[in-house]
Amino acid sequence: MLTNKERMKIARQGMPQQEGSTRVNNFSEVNLGFSEELAKMEALRCLQCPKPICIEGCPVGIKIGDFISLVAEGDFLGAAAKVKEDNLLPAICGRVCPQEEQCEVKCVVGKKSEPVAIGRLERFVADYEREHVGIRTPEIKTKTNKRVAIVGSGPAGLSCAGDLIQQGHDVTVFEALHELGGVLIYGIPEFRLPKEIVKAEIESLKKLGVDFQKNVVIGFIDTVDELLKNGYDAVFIAVGAGLPYFLNIPGENLNGVYSSNEFLTRVNLMKAYQFPDYDTPVFHCKNSKVAVFGGGNTAMDAVRISKRLGAEHSYIIYRRSDVEMPARKEEIHHAKEEGIEFIYLANPLEFLGTKDGWLKAVKLQKMELGEPDSSGRRRPVPISGSEYQLELDMAVIAIGNGSNPIIQKTTPELQFNKWGNIVVDNATMKTSKEGVFAGGDIVTGGATVILAMGAGRKAAAAINQFLKNKNLELH
Amino acid sequence: MPQILSAKFIAPNIKRFDILSPKIAQRRKPGQFVIIRIDESGERIPLTIADSNNENGTITIIVQAVGRTTMELNMLEAGDTILDVVGPLGKPSEIEKFGNAVSIGGGVGTAIAYPTAVALKQAGNHTISIIGGRSKEFVILEDEMRNVCDEVYVTTDDGSYGKKGFVTDQLKELILHKKIDFVLAIGPIPMMKAVAEVTRDKNIKTVVSLNPIMVDGTGMCGGCRATVDNKTVFVCVDGPEFDAHKVDFETLDRRNRTYLMDEKISLEKFQCESEKHFQRK
Ligand SMILES: Cc1cc2nc3c(=O)[nH]c(=O)nc-3n(C[C@H](O)[C@H](O)[C@H](O)COP(=O)(O)OP(=O)(O)OC[C@H]3O[C@@H](n4cnc5c(N)ncnc54)[C@H](O)[C@@H]3O)c2cc1C
Ligand code: FES
Repeated sequence: MLTNKERMKIARQGMPQQEGSTRVNNFSEVNLGFSEELAKMEALRCLQCPKPICIEGCPVGIKIGDFISLVAEGDFLGAAAKVKEDNLLPAICGRVCPQEEQCEVKCVVGKKSEPVAIGRLERFVADYEREHVGIRTPEIKTKTNKRVAIVGSGPAGLSCAGDLIQQGHDVTVFEALHELGGVLIYGIPEFRLPKEIVKAEIESLKKLGVDFQKNVVIGFIDTVDELLKNGYDAVFIAVGAGLPYFLNIPGENLNGVYSSNEFLTRVNLMKAYQFPDYDTPVFHCKNSKVAVFGGGNTAMDAVRISKRLGAEHSYIIYRRSDVEMPARKEEIHHAKEEGIEFIYLANPLEFLGTKDGWLKAVKLQKMELGEPDSSGRRRPVPISGSEYQLELDMAVIAIGNGSNPIIQKTTPELQFNKWGNIVVDNATMKTSKEGVFAGGDIVTGGATVILAMGAGRKAAAAINQFLKNKNLELH
Repeated sequence: MPQILSAKFIAPNIKRFDILSPKIAQRRKPGQFVIIRIDESGERIPLTIADSNNENGTITIIVQAVGRTTMELNMLEAGDTILDVVGPLGKPSEIEKFGNAVSIGGGVGTAIAYPTAVALKQAGNHTISIIGGRSKEFVILEDEMRNVCDEVYVTTDDGSYGKKGFVTDQLKELILHKKIDFVLAIGPIPMMKAVAEVTRDKNIKTVVSLNPIMVDGTGMCGGCRATVDNKTVFVCVDGPEFDAHKVDFETLDRRNRTYLMDEKISLEKFQCESEKHFQRK
């Protein structure tokens, strides 16, 4: 047995990755994952705290110490099973969770040196299981003959479906698009989250008996009310955010200006990076100047894609400074390695176009940081007289998403707040309408995969209880 | 996968399909559209639902082959399937009893105008239709229009059928003789723009159906945005029908040209592949 002192001496194991200069020429995954040796070594760094506080940082309460001690013992499958007691999509979360502000920020080792790489270990065990024995599916309880409809197949919908099918309910997931997975498929690019992994996780839910119906827009083909009327005992709404914000500045409708949703959907869902083998085109970034406005994960994804599509200059233009950037640290780091140019404290005022309507430049204003605003981040204030122009061929607006209004417009009894988010009871994800629950980005506004998953699981527990009570009332 | 029950050409390059999709057939209202994707590597394209049949559970779409996807689609026959069909999307046409209501269809636009013409008739309007085409063979749905409309006029650019001239000439003539209360115009952008100009100072309520490039069709991407009344709208969810006098047609036309070069590349690749395919056969 190692002493704590010895454990503390082991350095945090680096993630093997594709070189920056190679990977800007492909869409393959940047991170290559730990080897068994690296994983074991990293696992040894965990002090196995008697009162682990890392778990408090995990929105779904993964038994972090327990799974890491199994990794240290070399029982990788046991470790995977342990993670999956609390997280149904570990291969995904291990890749995209902002661990540095969740579990890892709490890690005691991190106080003196770098925290244990919990996310990388989570990813490792999930990949190990999938690659060696395939994703193992849990037992299913006896059928209850209760039916639940889930609207949206993003992380919230998928995790809710996984829990409910295990409880013996019949589960149907309705998805508006032709692919399942929500943002995991259309938003997050292949080089950060390979689509094969998302597909494998969804396959395992299919194996459990979840019925997936693609190309169904709830609200248009059946409303939430009709689902309840047509034999579903409960409905979980997990439709995500799905309404792109624009800057509302002149020139935004010029050719070459995209919302991040459009740019990402074309590239990720429609595979425009493989045009003309795939039919959907996207702006030809080759040798061009591209700017992405925003500082979140979405902005990083978009700008890194533009580099891979051959852009000469790929800029991130952000209103605040690097400290306030909400993207995952790792993504910012990767972006810098790939040659992305960061322009901080600049605010776009206007897009300028050629006479045939193509984007040619943006007018920017320099900003400085003032007093903190309601989010606690220092508010950027314009510096007058600091306007300047930057030449551009393409721009992507990645400043966040509002709520798509389709469900709101077609479900009169459901209560929404002024931003169009569904109002729920936070403990149960119950909405104002009997039998209807909601969770994920449609409730919180654009958040994270793990929060959406956590909401899906909370709703599943409450729906299970709701269906039990319903049964009691009947008898 | 939705199956094609019947497929036949109704004009050169224009094909009519009945596709089995009972739920959409039951739900759709005039003015709404579907988005389809033919195969795994295909793009998503919007197509107006021209008609539906509840008994057979079919929806009708009418497709003019202009690019790769529509060309590929028009090679499909009865019995073939289409990978993805999603709908009904968009807002239904706002139908009222206006009085004298004119539906104008230019080229394949007649297919899009047809369902709304039917609804206008059902709402008790005196329904007039103007069908325009380049020449005789491009005049489509004349019999169908005659079955539902009180008056039908046909114009062709070259005079090979009906009256020689543009649909706007016929419209102007109608306005001279009759009080026109409502105009619906669907067709190429220059045609819709010209109709809007004819009716603008006469204050005749005029509606056009816009055809921007779309991806999801649910308001998620904003790719279909257009400028109407100096404001940005998402055509797939806020439309597709808008007040013709407020639409910025130049922006629409310009944005529709975004991928002109790619469309050419894609089409050439497709033609080259299909040639090889037939040579092998
Ligand atoms: C580019 C990008 C990168 C991101 N990177 C990260 C990251 O690194 N880490 C992280 O934790 N989070 C990240 N996020 C945020 C994270 O992806 C979301 O918070 C999360 O996916 C929300 O999950 P959800 O299930 O609520 O909704 P979504 O994933 O949005 O899924 C909703 C699904 O519902 C479908 N739908 C919508 N309306 C209907 C309807 N009426 N009928 C049927 N279906 C409907 C949609 O098509 C969609 O598939 C990122 C987001 C983006 C856009
Ligand atoms: S097509 Fe994406 S918003 Fe209209």
